[in-house]
Amino acid sequence: MGATQPQRLEVGGAIDRSRLVELVVDGTTVMGFAGDTVASALVANGALRVGNSIYRGRPRGILSAGVEEPNAFVLVKGEHDESMLPATTLELVSGLDLRLLDGIGVLDQKPDPAEYDKMHVHTDVAVVGAGPAGLAAAREAAATGARVVLFEQDFALGGSLLAQPDDLVEGLPAAQWVERVRAELEAAPEVTVLTRTTAFGSYDSNHVVAVEKRAEHLHGTAGDGVSRQRIWHVTAGQLVLATGAFERPIVFADNDVPGIMLASAVVGYIGRYAALPGRDAVVFTTNDSGYAAAHALVRAGATVQVVDARDGGPGERVAAAATAAGLTVRTGSAVVGVDGDVAVEAAWIARIDADGALVGDAERVPCDLVAVSGGWTPNVSLHSQRQGALHWDDDLAGFVPTAPVRDQHLAGAVRGTYWTEGCLVEGAAVGQTAAAAVGFTREDGCAATDLDVAAVDEERAARAGRTRQLWLVESREGGYATHFVDLQRDNTAADVLRATGAGMRSVEHVKRYTSISTGVDQGRIGAVNAIGLLTRLLTGDDARAIPPGQPGQDERVGAPGSAPDGIPAGGAPRPTPGAIGNTTFRAPFTPVAFVALAGRSRGELFDAARTTPVHPWHVDHGARFEDVGQWKRPWYYPRPGEDMDAAVARECRAAREGVAFMDATTLGKIEIRGGDAGEFLNRVYTNAFKKLAVGKARYGVMCKPDGMVFDDGVVLRLAEDRYFATTTTGGAARVLEWLEEWSQTEWPELDVVCTSVTEQWATVAVVGPRSRDVIARLAPDLDVSKEAFGFMEFRETVLASGIPARICRITFSGELAFEINVPTWFGLTVWEDVAAAGADFDITPYGTETMHVLRAEKAYPIVGQDTDGTVTPQDLGMDWIVSTTKDFIGKRSYSRASHQGAGRKQLVSVLPVDRSLRLPEGAQLVESGALGDYTGEGLPARPIPMLGHVTSSYHSQALGRSFGLALVKDGRNRIGQTLIASFEGRFAEVEVADAVLYDTEGARRDG
Amino acid sequence: MLIIDCPNCGPRPETEFGYGGQAHVAYPADPHALTDEEWAQYLFYRDNPKGSYAERWVHSAGCRKWFNAVRDTRTYEISHVYRQGDPRPDLSKGA
Repeated sequence: MGATQPQRLEVGGAIDRSRLVELVVDGTTVMGFAGDTVASALVANGALRVGNSIYRGRPRGILSAGVEEPNAFVLVKGEHDESMLPATTLELVSGLDLRLLDGIGVLDQKPDPAEYDKMHVHTDVAVVGAGPAGLAAAREAAATGARVVLFEQDFALGGSLLAQPDDLVEGLPAAQWVERVRAELEAAPEVTVLTRTTAFGSYDSNHVVAVEKRAEHLHGTAGDGVSRQRIWHVTAGQLVLATGAFERPIVFADNDVPGIMLASAVVGYIGRYAALPGRDAVVFTTNDSGYAAAHALVRAGATVQVVDARDGGPGERVAAAATAAGLTVRTGSAVVGVDGDVAVEAAWIARIDADGALVGDAERVPCDLVAVSGGWTPNVSLHSQRQGALHWDDDLAGFVPTAPVRDQHLAGAVRGTYWTEGCLVEGAAVGQTAAAAVGFTREDGCAATDLDVAAVDEERAARAGRTRQLWLVESREGGYATHFVDLQRDNTAADVLRATGAGMRSVEHVKRYTSISTGVDQGRIGAVNAIGLLTRLLTGDDARAIPPGQPGQDERVGAPGSAPDGIPAGGAPRPTPGAIGNTTFRAPFTPVAFVALAGRSRGELFDAARTTPVHPWHVDHGARFEDVGQWKRPWYYPRPGEDMDAAVARECRAAREGVAFMDATTLGKIEIRGGDAGEFLNRVYTNAFKKLAVGKARYGVMCKPDGMVFDDGVVLRLAEDRYFATTTTGGAARVLEWLEEWSQTEWPELDVVCTSVTEQWATVAVVGPRSRDVIARLAPDLDVSKEAFGFMEFRETVLASGIPARICRITFSGELAFEINVPTWFGLTVWEDVAAAGADFDITPYGTETMHVLRAEKAYPIVGQDTDGTVTPQDLGMDWIVSTTKDFIGKRSYSRASHQGAGRKQLVSVLPVDRSLRLPEGAQLVESGALGDYTGEGLPARPIPMLGHVTSSYHSQALGRSFGLALVKDGRNRIGQTLIASFEGRFAEVEVADAVLYDTEGARRDG
Repeated sequence: MLIIDCPNCGPRPETEFGYGGQAHVAYPADPHALTDEEWAQYLFYRDNPKGSYAERWVHSAGCRKWFNAVRDTRTYEISHVYRQGDPRPDLSKGA
């Protein structure tokens, strides 16, 4: 390529010729100017060819000059390589080192070190798109004093005006007009102009999400703390969509050869970047807009032949201009193929009939550029993301919005207004309307009042109807294997034909069968052409079989399945694209990096980590942690040389034989206050709390109305009108919400208030036969004797340290145990005091794994592990906790038919015959003998009935063997039976036993 | 993202709220007087209209109060917001 920029025009363009910028493409240095994109620099260097196509490896060239690009993708090397960036939107900055891609990127496995952040703002008016319509809208809205946010994905304002900087706008050259509006907007105090910012998602309540590129263009001078990209969340009172339109290519043979380019892109490369894509051009167009490319090429010194598919040629004004410029125009003709492999060498031109078939011989015209225009598709993505209605306008030959979404406005090419003056009028009008809708009008009375929107509508209609809907050009040789529809996905007309041949009738099915529109460009290049092809392929009965319900699809007359409008019965009439409809538009409009969406929510900031006041001690003592909800809980405390099993065995022995202690601070804690607190809890828990004596505690279970266990915990009665309930660690927030919901919505007459106090209390569980000795040392004022301090009681006392404490005698292990509750800020001190007081007894810290083993040996269920929302207290063997005398949430469900008789899964224990085998939790249980000849290889010949599954599984130090808990159909009647556990393609015999395996008579809790 | 007009706190983003399904479905005064089918209707069956729907919301990250709203299930537009215990608005009078 070298550094000569051979295709750079001598004058013109919005590039800064004083600032040469060097970039490296596949190891070769290429020169461009500030103001270039990577693509325009390539065009200026005569390098139209980019990578090869993704599947077929066909040479490809730059097709467009914008976000619709399907071919020119690059990988930008850096600290973190970024793939699949369109060269057509990538701003040229110094130091770029690129690799051209073959339609697919490579995800860099290195972490991205850059910072990304988010901004949340509210605005009166948001405007998407800074072409003539968007600029006019923003200017009018800003002039009222309204807060305005203007989004522009390009690094420059102007939109279509950028390509034609010398056109006059309000009496000024377009480039100057844009600068004037920019200055006005920047001077307005309440206006935010966001360039390099793509609004990619539009959501309810006019919530627009956009991504802003903030750093690259500053050439590394952005400075510390400036994020590389920012996600904007903008909630707008009114939203103006001035999102423009995309030009469509034309489907003909070999229409993917480098040198075939959208006509509007040719205009852009010449006008904006002074880069000439070709010196001998053929312009192939189905509409008037292609002529702009012809004029631009002629002015740039290229030779041009115009091939106009319309029999009648262009409109009067366009025809006159063509004649004046000396353009050669062939009407009723088409480019039916090209010569060349890596670059266009010649175009074959022939007359075509109404079906796009050749009439007579084709003529070979040598050329190096074929500029194509197959008509225009309004960019309705953001409109459609909000379910804004569309319809096919057969005169405009495009899907256009039927009406704006509520509190939204449409202006310019997005509604088919394809000329600058029309865009200015519409933009100004909606800018005023939008501002007025949120209460802003110009105080100076200078509002543009001559905005004749009706005249724009008339002119739009007058200009319409000049596009030939040429969905397919036959080739000289026949066949459609190189008639590309979606260049990025390498899909051709032959693929569409295959889809309809396979019976696909819905555009959604054709999309998925072929993969058209599933690439990065999301169908901007291929979708409408694919729909157009379907109008040729689905006729008569096939057309009547097109299912309804697509965006932009014509309303059906009569019942679902009846013919779309305009398709008479019988014969072979052709539907319009409106009979087929569009595929659904979804966010993001253009790709957004996950890392940008994550923003600062990465690593430690991904989610809050909750730690207890004792956490530093746990860390210092080598605890391994597990996440329980957001909490970091000690899992086990390995000593040097110990693995997890050894540590857990030692911790279990300490708790069962001596004394151990655990940080139970994470349990959810809720205070329930009020004169009706007892009545309230009576209704919520399955067992009774109203008559619980002050100073006593009771274990309780709460259920949903369907009778299924929801949460459990111990409730203390602190005073006549005060209860203190504990919840599962993970259930604290849900339980508080549940209590508040019922107190507010069903029983507002009850005097009750619920407050989370989880963060206010630290809890140390002291467990084991020697725990009483430890508590006696800590709390000398307390009579801890069995007689004076009964099970399920609590005492308020002052510890030897002077710290006030609430000590409970409750157990989650079956052993004699106490729980010391102190205000959180004393948590670490009291924990250390417990450690000191127990040192003589070799008091041992234990974590959640030991807690699980100990509780499972006693069949204390963990809600959410041994239950799954389909388990009742009775299923858990806890009939004793279900009151028969009072009503409570869920009680009615126990008399439902589904809760009667046999067949419910019940909690039992399972003992593997191999006493060392620890079953995986989730292992399925089946009848012994149910396997038949199934060996575990592949799938069984017929389904084998499942009896249940293992919910918990551990090695028991106390029992000297492995064991599990399981939910088993009719489990309690199966005690003593042998079942088969199936897991990981293996089988093992297990014996069903009573759920409680250790201390079945409950003798140990009193020490 | 919906902007929801909390009766206590004013317009706030949807992420501050929790959803509670259909409004005006009272817990039966005497569940035990119901047949299994009637109880199942309460437990498992809710309306699923295309159009206006009175539903419950709770301002979890705000005042933590439950309230009711009428939302159009086609457009997600919330036409009415009213306090817990207030009657369902007369939709025939228009939003």
